[in-house]
Amino acid sequence: MTDTAVESRRETRSAGPAAPPLRPQNRQFAVLAVLVLLAIPLPLILPAAQGAVAVRILIFLIMAVGWNIMSGFGGMFSFGHAAYFGLGAYTSAYLLVEHGVSPWVGMAAGMVVAAAVAMVIGYFSFRYELKGAYFALATFAFAEMLRLITTSSDAVNGAVGYQVPLIQGSSLGQMQFPAGSPAYFWIALVLAGGAVALSILFRHSAAGRYVVAIRDDELAAASVGAPVMRHKLLTVALSGAITAVAGAFYTQYYLFIDPQLAFGSSVSIEAIVTAVIGGIGTIWGPVVGAVIVGSLSDVTATLLATPPEFLSFLQGRSGLDVILYAVMLILIVRLMPKGIFGTLAEKFSERRRR
Amino acid sequence: MTTTIDTDAPETRAPSATLAVLKRAGVVGALVAAAVAVALVQSGSGIVVWQSVVTGLLTGGLYGLIAMGLTLIFGVLDIVNFAHGAMLAVAMFISFGVVAVTGLHPYLTMLITVPALFLVGVLVHRGLLSGSGGATLENQLLITLGLSLLLENGLLLFFGAEPKNVGLPGETHLDVFGAVVAGSRLYAFLGAMALGLLLYWMLQHTRLGTAIRAVASNSAGAELVGINVRRIHTLTFAIGAACAGAAAALAVPLLSVTPTLGEQFNITAFVVVVLGGMGNVVGALVGGLLIGLVEQLTTIYLDGQSSLLGVFVVFVLVLFLRPQGLFGRRT
Repeated sequence: MTDTAVESRRETRSAGPAAPPLRPQNRQFAVLAVLVLLAIPLPLILPAAQGAVAVRILIFLIMAVGWNIMSGFGGMFSFGHAAYFGLGAYTSAYLLVEHGVSPWVGMAAGMVVAAAVAMVIGYFSFRYELKGAYFALATFAFAEMLRLITTSSDAVNGAVGYQVPLIQGSSLGQMQFPAGSPAYFWIALVLAGGAVALSILFRHSAAGRYVVAIRDDELAAASVGAPVMRHKLLTVALSGAITAVAGAFYTQYYLFIDPQLAFGSSVSIEAIVTAVIGGIGTIWGPVVGAVIVGSLSDVTATLLATPPEFLSFLQGRSGLDVILYAVMLILIVRLMPKGIFGTLAEKFSERRRR
Repeated sequence: MTTTIDTDAPETRAPSATLAVLKRAGVVGALVAAAVAVALVQSGSGIVVWQSVVTGLLTGGLYGLIAMGLTLIFGVLDIVNFAHGAMLAVAMFISFGVVAVTGLHPYLTMLITVPALFLVGVLVHRGLLSGSGGATLENQLLITLGLSLLLENGLLLFFGAEPKNVGLPGETHLDVFGAVVAGSRLYAFLGAMALGLLLYWMLQHTRLGTAIRAVASNSAGAELVGINVRRIHTLTFAIGAACAGAAAALAVPLLSVTPTLGEQFNITAFVVVVLGGMGNVVGALVGGLLIGLVEQLTTIYLDGQSSLLGVFVVFVLVLFLRPQGLFGRRT
C-alpha cells in the first residue's frame, strides 16, 4: 500500500526548516474544528428521518476511522473489525443491563476490552508473522469465533442479545433521550470528532510515523531500530478502542444489540468499504466515505419504497444499497485506488506544485 | 509464496521429502484417531460417533471440491478469491432455476453450471482482476470482496431471501454399517472425489495442466518458454470458478438455496485451503475431509455450540503453527 506515501513525503518536505514543524496537524485540527462547528446545528435543521441518517453517518465514521488507523496507516489489513465493534457493544450492554453501570463507563470498559483483545490477536499474528491474506483471514476468524461464542453463551443472552432498558425522560448519564432527540447527534459528533482528532494526533506522533515507516518497509524500519512489535501493538489497540466506541454508542442509539449485529461480518465490511471509498490511509478519507456510505442506504430505501416505473419490480426488496456500494467499491479500487479523498488531494497538491 | 501445486512429480522429489509427507500424514492420522477416540469417550455411543464420522467425511468431500477451485486460483494467481462462495451461490441459483423451469435432473444441471461459471470466471478475471488495477493483494481482496457483496445482494434483490429447495428424484437412504446416509450426500461425495481426481489428472498429465503448473512455479520462466501467462491466468481462474459450478450442482439437493449460503461455504473453504496448504490441490481435497470431520466432532465435543466454532479453532491453530498447511513445505 503506497497510498499515503506521496502524502507523507509531501508532509516531510513541507515540515523542513522553512515551515514550522507542527503545521500539517494544526491545519488538520483547524479543518476538523470547522467541520464540527458546521455540523452542530444539523439536527435542528434536518427533518427527523435525515437526522437518523446523520447519526448513522457518524457511527460509520467512527468505525472507519478505527479501521483506517490499523489497516490504512498500519497497513495491517483487518477483515475482523466486527470483533472490536461487538466487544464495545456487548461490554457496555452487559454492564448496563446486568449491573446497571452507566453506558459511559461501559463505553470506556468496552474500549479497554477491545484494546486488550486487539493486542492479544495482534501479538499472536505478529509473533507468527501472519501477513497479507493470512492476517486478514486470521482477524476474520477471530471475529467469527466471538460471534459464535456469544450466540451460544447464555451468560450474555445467547442469540437473543440485549435490549437497553428504557428510562423516563432523558438522562445524559444514562446516555438516553427521547427518540429523535438532537442530543444523540451531538454525542455522536463529539465521539466522532474525538476519533478523528485521535487519528490526527496518532498520524503525527512518533508511534504513527514509525508505523507508517514499518508499513512501507518493515525490514528497513526494524534495521534502523524501530521497535516494530511495540508500535504495531499500540496501533491495533488504538484502532480496536476507537471501533469499540462506535459499538457502545450504536447499542445506546438503537437500544438493541445481538450477536449478528455486533460481530457479523457485515460490520467489518462496512468499516472497510467506508474507509476504502473515502481513501485508505488518509485522515479525511473515512469522513468522506462515511457521508457517502451512510446516506446511500437512506437514498435506496426511499427509492425502493416508491420506485419509479421501470424499477417497480424491485418494490419492497432489500439489497440495493449494498449492491451500490459494492459497485462503488470495485470501481474505486480499479479506477482510483487512493479513494475519493486521496485522489482529489493528490490532484490538488500536484496542481499546487506546478 | 507457497505455490505447491505439486510442481515436481512425486518420483523426482527427494526421498526425504516423501518421507516427511508420509510422516506428517501419519501424525494427522494419529490426531484424527485420537479425536475420534475422545469423541467416543465423550458420547459413550459408538453409533453416534460412527454416524458423525461418515457424515463428516461425506460432507467434507464437497468442501474439498469447492476448496480445490479456491486453492488453484491462489496457487497460480496469488489471488485470495473472497467471491468464491458467492459464485457458488450463483451456480446454485442457476441449477435451481434450470430444475424449476425444465425439470432436468439436478445433477445434469452441471452441464449448464460448469460452463456458466467458467464464463463468469473468464469475465471476472479479464474484467476486474487482471491489469494494473488488480495488482496489489489489498486491491484483489477488496475487488473480490466487492464482487461477493454484489453477487449475493444481486441474488437477494431478484430472488428474495426465501430459501428454495431442489429435491433429488428417487432420494433414498442407505445404511453404511449402521450409519444412515442420504443417497444425495453419498452421490455428492462420490461426484466430488471423481471431479477432484479429474482435476488433479488434468494438472499432471495434460498440456494445459503442465502450463498451469509452470506458471505457478515460475511465471517469468513460463513466459520465456512461450507460455501466454495472462491466458493461463484467465483459464485457471475460470477452472477454479467452474469447480464451484460443479460443486453447486452436486450440493443443490442437499441444502436450501439462499442468496447468502455462499458465505458459510466461503469460510469453510478458506479453512480447508489453509489447512491443505495454499495452492496445494490434493491438500485441499484431504483438508476438506478433515474439516468435514472436525465440524461433526465439534457438535459432540461442545454440546450446543455451532459446528463452525471447532472449524475456526482448527483454523487459527493451523494459521499460527503451520501457516504453510499440513502438507505444504515452508518457503
